[in-house]
Amino acid sequence: MAAPVNLTIDGQKLQASPGTLLINAAKQAGISIPAFCYYDGLALQAACRMCLVEVEKTPKLQVACTLPVAEGMVVRTDSPQVRQARKGMLEFLLTNHPLDCPVCDKGGECELQDMVFRYGAGQSRFIEPKVHVDEKQWSPIVYYDAPRCILCYRCVRICGEGLGVSALGIGNRGVVAEIVPNRGDHLECDECGACIDICPVGALTSGTYRYKARPWEMDHVGTICTHCSNGCKTTLGIRNGQILRANSRDHSGINGEFLCVKGRYAFDFNEHPGRLTSPLVRSDGEFKPVSWAQALAAVAQRFTELRVKRGNFAVIGSNHTTNEENFLLQKFAREVLRTSNIDHHRTGDVAGLIHALDGRTNVLASTDDLYNTKAALVISSDLAQEQPLLAFQLRANWRHHKAHVYAVTPGPVREDNYATTARAEPGNEFDVFESMRERLAKEPELVILFGDAIKGGRIARLVSFGDSLGIPVKYVCLVDYSNSRGASDMGLLPHLLPGYRSVSDSGLEPGLNYDQILAAADLDALWIVGANPLARQSLASPNAFLVVQDLFLTETARQASVVLPAASAYEKNGTFTNVCGDVQKLSRAAKTMGTKSDLEIIALLAKEMRQDFGAAKPEVVFDEIRRSVRGYDVPLTVIETGGAAKTVLLDGRPQVASRNGHFRVDTDANLIRSARNTLFTSGTLGRFSQMLSSVIEAPGALYRDPRKQPEVREGSVQVETVKQGQ
Amino acid sequence: MRYNVPSPLETRIISQRFDLPNSASIDTYLANDGYVALRKAIGMAPEAIIDELRASSLRGRGGAGFPTGMKWSFVPRNTGRPSYIICNSDESEPCTCKDRLLMENDPQQLIEGMLIAGWTIQSSKGYIFIRGEYRYQIEIMERAIAEAYERGYLGKNVLGTGWDFDLYTHSGAGAYECGEETALLESLEGKRGVPRLKPPFPAVAGAFQSPTILNNTETLSTVPVIIRMGGADYAALGTPKNGGTRLMCVSGHVNKPGVYELPLGFPLMRLINDVCGGMRNRKKLKAVIPGGSSAPVLKAEECDIPLDFDSIAKAKSMAGSGGILVLDEDTDMVAVALRTIKFYAHESCGWCIPCREGTTWLKKVLTRFHDGGGRSSDIDLIAELANNMLGRTFCALGDAAAMPTAAFVAKFRDEFEAYLKRSSAAVEPELAVV
Repeated sequence: MAAPVNLTIDGQKLQASPGTLLINAAKQAGISIPAFCYYDGLALQAACRMCLVEVEKTPKLQVACTLPVAEGMVVRTDSPQVRQARKGMLEFLLTNHPLDCPVCDKGGECELQDMVFRYGAGQSRFIEPKVHVDEKQWSPIVYYDAPRCILCYRCVRICGEGLGVSALGIGNRGVVAEIVPNRGDHLECDECGACIDICPVGALTSGTYRYKARPWEMDHVGTICTHCSNGCKTTLGIRNGQILRANSRDHSGINGEFLCVKGRYAFDFNEHPGRLTSPLVRSDGEFKPVSWAQALAAVAQRFTELRVKRGNFAVIGSNHTTNEENFLLQKFAREVLRTSNIDHHRTGDVAGLIHALDGRTNVLASTDDLYNTKAALVISSDLAQEQPLLAFQLRANWRHHKAHVYAVTPGPVREDNYATTARAEPGNEFDVFESMRERLAKEPELVILFGDAIKGGRIARLVSFGDSLGIPVKYVCLVDYSNSRGASDMGLLPHLLPGYRSVSDSGLEPGLNYDQILAAADLDALWIVGANPLARQSLASPNAFLVVQDLFLTETARQASVVLPAASAYEKNGTFTNVCGDVQKLSRAAKTMGTKSDLEIIALLAKEMRQDFGAAKPEVVFDEIRRSVRGYDVPLTVIETGGAAKTVLLDGRPQVASRNGHFRVDTDANLIRSARNTLFTSGTLGRFSQMLSSVIEAPGALYRDPRKQPEVREGSVQVETVKQGQ
Repeated sequence: MRYNVPSPLETRIISQRFDLPNSASIDTYLANDGYVALRKAIGMAPEAIIDELRASSLRGRGGAGFPTGMKWSFVPRNTGRPSYIICNSDESEPCTCKDRLLMENDPQQLIEGMLIAGWTIQSSKGYIFIRGEYRYQIEIMERAIAEAYERGYLGKNVLGTGWDFDLYTHSGAGAYECGEETALLESLEGKRGVPRLKPPFPAVAGAFQSPTILNNTETLSTVPVIIRMGGADYAALGTPKNGGTRLMCVSGHVNKPGVYELPLGFPLMRLINDVCGGMRNRKKLKAVIPGGSSAPVLKAEECDIPLDFDSIAKAKSMAGSGGILVLDEDTDMVAVALRTIKFYAHESCGWCIPCREGTTWLKKVLTRFHDGGGRSSDIDLIAELANNMLGRTFCALGDAAAMPTAAFVAKFRDEFEAYLKRSSAAVEPELAVV
């Protein structure tokens, strides 16, 4: 590394590495230089001219956001001349600004407001008529009020550079210049709302939040999004127990400023009128609302009876419930109901990957790795649709670090715009890998991301391909939902205990899997927590006692004997494990009267059945997980402070030393079925978000990069470089 | 054809063919020293060509007056990337009308200049970026390019050297800002015409992020002359550091306005009185804007200066694009200030705050002031707003708007104050009109 540069800012002597921009060097020294257009990680603009500073030996004020530090530089960031320049700039900005702060959504957290408080220019000398343009609605989500816009171009850059969507541009010139959608009068985009969040003023406002609240009226609760498996942190704005908005307010999560349409807007299912708020018990073929005590007693009584009779139990768990709930559910199933018939909707073959990698260390990529790896290979996943944060991270890695990204997919994907991509029909992937072998082997390292296209025995083949490259390779098994990974890690599997230990360790035989449970004709009781299997499949045991815990009266709940109304992920505490194995904390934000968290329900049921499960608190259960589940002994401080703690499922020790000798893998690859969610669908939950279905791109399968034509040819395996990074 | 009668006081070098019959045709060109310089340049090393330009003291004729030889020497060679020759024919500076004459009357001279530039950095592609309003001139240039292709001066294997050079015209879309070199490059690349951050400068990363020579039409048209006559002889025509001649576009209240080729250092008063036949209707001279509307105005008593870059800069104005506007004693300077700022407010690209908002605010204040609604505080406000823009905008457009405005107020404050006496709002109103 080159020697650091010495400079002086406001009398403070400091060092910075060569090439550091003055604005960042100052920030490192605790000196903040104001700026609107400068934004970390996006292209430099030098458009707002707020960061003007005095640099000795230069006649004019200099722009700190584009000026690299130089040896011996002496800078003043707060001299009278600088303050005057900033005040002048603000006065210019306010000339055509409507000054409607009292009704503006941004009031209270507006960067322009803050700046005017700091530098003055509160009283204007401008007495001329202002330029007025009517507000425009670009989509159900995005409104644009041109007069409030200061043209910092952050929105244009986050959309184009950050997401690769380029839905926004600049129209007109001079004083009537404004931000415009690149397609006529409306947006055709990911509807992610990043443009709204990144707007320093109230020019871009959110259709779901506008004119509802002032920022200071709300509590801001940081929690984890409940939709896909990427585990973005979302800050919920809560007033009177109701979620009014979601954004990435403090950028403290693994996602930084990123959130997709689901993270920002699809919280509205929480307020859906169809939410269950009272337990239902079927009597004479009809549901009757009953009290919690009655419902729990009914379930406990039936379960106890069947247990005594050694009845045939089965449990289907959820991809959306917390680690604590999943852990407790499998414990209940195995210890109280004495059954191994437990499974969940598996969307990726995590267990298969753990098996294939057994005995190694440092082979599972974390979310951070995607931003830092030198190279990545995406297999058969339309990442931007299915794993939006991972797509964003890889793109950012390419933008900032010039990472090489390879994608082998059946159809066109957004990565085509910057990655080396090739088309491969399902089943044909390995032929394409071979054609890429030479290039991949030249990379210093590689992260391989694969979804349900590679499962069962093919995972071992993938790992041996990875091994044959002779470079360090890490893997990510792509799964669909917010805690799909946690469900697998917590042993919602018929043959594996938490931490992928064989069930034989607990003296049980492997039980029925998901499909077998639904197909079994002799079930006495089926307990379904937060899942909707009967939407697509039917239940072969017509007389089974069916207990369903859910938020809504789903297809599955409709067939239940007892329905217990569950709290959503935004209404409880606990932890989720994201697709890359990072554990993060959920914080209770909202509240729906009449519901209970699944953890409470399980614990109350245990109590009702006179089983000692200890205190039903998430922290207590998590403590047990940390002690008993391999890889989950994560630092509590990281979790408690809202960080992401990496699990270490593989630590070099052989995974299993079970009595019958081996870690068994379910070889029925048909059980692994991705839901193929798009950006605008989210399984059953997504159907209850009106916002998701209101955008024109929904359900999203047809939403593709319009610049790309599909180019799938029969049996095509040619490698084509669409665009190389510079 | 020319639009004015030439003056015997002119030194006609780059305009030498302007009055020949059929001057735009390649035959006329070839019969009159055409492509002599290119043949000479092909026998010269690139360094030697640049040395001739250095020796000529040729300074860019677009406005900034940067030494051309130095500009060419900054272009890296053998980078493995293509390189480009770009001609800036986006002539949009008010009072300036010389590039159009060079294109109308001697297009081959410009092509030859670009070929020499191309040969110097071994570029194989050139673009002439012509303002969209110059539709007629674009057609002439295209005809000329076609003729040059026919005769083997453009295309594959130019003059049997094995070197290829292709030349294209590119139409601007009516933005003054695209005369700024980096905005021109953005527009050329099909993007919105806004300036780029510098560095990197176009020499290093210009068109398509590749090494680029980007010069004004007149600058490139002068190159063949310099190569033909030698840099030192060309320089000797002008004054030290201000070599040669330039086309001076005189407009306003003189008897014979027009475009005249004069050596640098030619006295301004001689230009007005002898070349242009003196003031119209024997009026007295009030002021001169010496280098396009961006140049700060000179009062009559400041006009006794030679017309070269350094002398005009010493008088706190600039030689700019060579557009000279002469104003007589009857001129309303508030109206001139208003007309000037109207142009810049209309042409501001909107990229940065001070230019976008500042020009418009100034326009609005000056409009009100001019229409009889001036307030006593407005005069200082105008000066202060111009000052808040000066040196703080992204590109030179903001300065180009602020400098003349500040000068109008500073030098003709009495006229602004006279306006106040007629104003209905000279006393501060109690309530602001919103």
